Amino acid sequence: MRILVNGRSLEVQATTLATLLEELGYGDRKVGTAINQEFVRDRDRETMRLKDDDAVEIVTPRQGG
Amino acid sequence: MDPLTLYDANLGSRLLLGTARYPSPAVLGEAVRASGCEIVTVSLRREAGGGRSGESFWALIRDLGVKALPNTAGCRTAKEAVATAQMAREVFATDWIKLEVIGEEDTLQPDVFGLVDAARALVSEGFCVFPYTTDDLVVAERLLDAGCRVLMPWAAPIGSGRGVNNAFALRALRAHFPDTPLVVDAGLGAPSHATAVMELGYDAVLLNTAVARAGDPVGMARAFRLAVEAGRAGWRAQPMTPRDMAEPSTPTIDRPFDQNA
Repeated sequence: MRILVNGRSLEVQATTLATLLEELGYGDRKVGTAINQEFVRDRDRETMRLKDDDAVEIVTPRQGG
Repeated sequence: MDPLTLYDANLGSRLLLGTARYPSPAVLGEAVRASGCEIVTVSLRREAGGGRSGESFWALIRDLGVKALPNTAGCRTAKEAVATAQMAREVFATDWIKLEVIGEEDTLQPDVFGLVDAARALVSEGFCVFPYTTDDLVVAERLLDAGCRVLMPWAAPIGSGRGVNNAFALRALRAHFPDTPLVVDAGLGAPSHATAVMELGYDAVLLNTAVARAGDPVGMARAFRLAVEAGRAGWRAQPMTPRDMAEPSTPTIDRPFDQNA
């Protein structure tokens, strides 16, 4: 299916948020996730199913003011 | 210096420092140490699968032994800010959030309506909200009504280095909320600006650009540390009341050549 990941359109095989993170190479890194501007908890990623045109955000710590 | 309590934290330092825009991670680390701060602000940003910059940055902050205050910088709506805060709580393992909802691009002025909405939603979820706000008294009331226990009014637009734009408004906030911790966030450029807001009775200052973009960030961090301490000590020592006219400091009685004796 085609989804937006961090603002970029991607064709992906994954059907859940957890498998998307694996497919994109995040491994066991600590990331924050949201779909369509709704926060998705770490423990809910396994069951969070993706659908066409979902906008997924995957974020990590960064410098901030 | 007398201790400061922000939510559940008792702090020896009244300086909070941002972690962005430093020349290098090493300089950032040295500046944090020189500032004596115990709280640094951090953010969340997109990162690709193969990236490692987030991981290495977070390792640096952990090694410094300071408490992280995540922000919602760049969020334009309450919805974005709430989702960002929720992600930050999970990633940084803290209920603290510096809440920013930006309403205008040129000044980065907070959207105070979205700010109050987001604050209310986050407090109901157990967050300790540090709202970045204007110096508006009524908005401050609404934020406290929403459950915020700290207020962070601006002195001037983020990154401008202008110092205090409206001392009257900051003084009014201090007078109106004598028991609420007030942290000036944004707009300070020079150590003297920090001293000035501390002399108004503010509890702390939050800086980033003034230190990070100085010619010598480590030296400037040390200067701000001293400035904050001086301002706090000055305020506690109760400055004299200003006068319009001169008043001799040397006794006038028994002045030599006094023709009026």
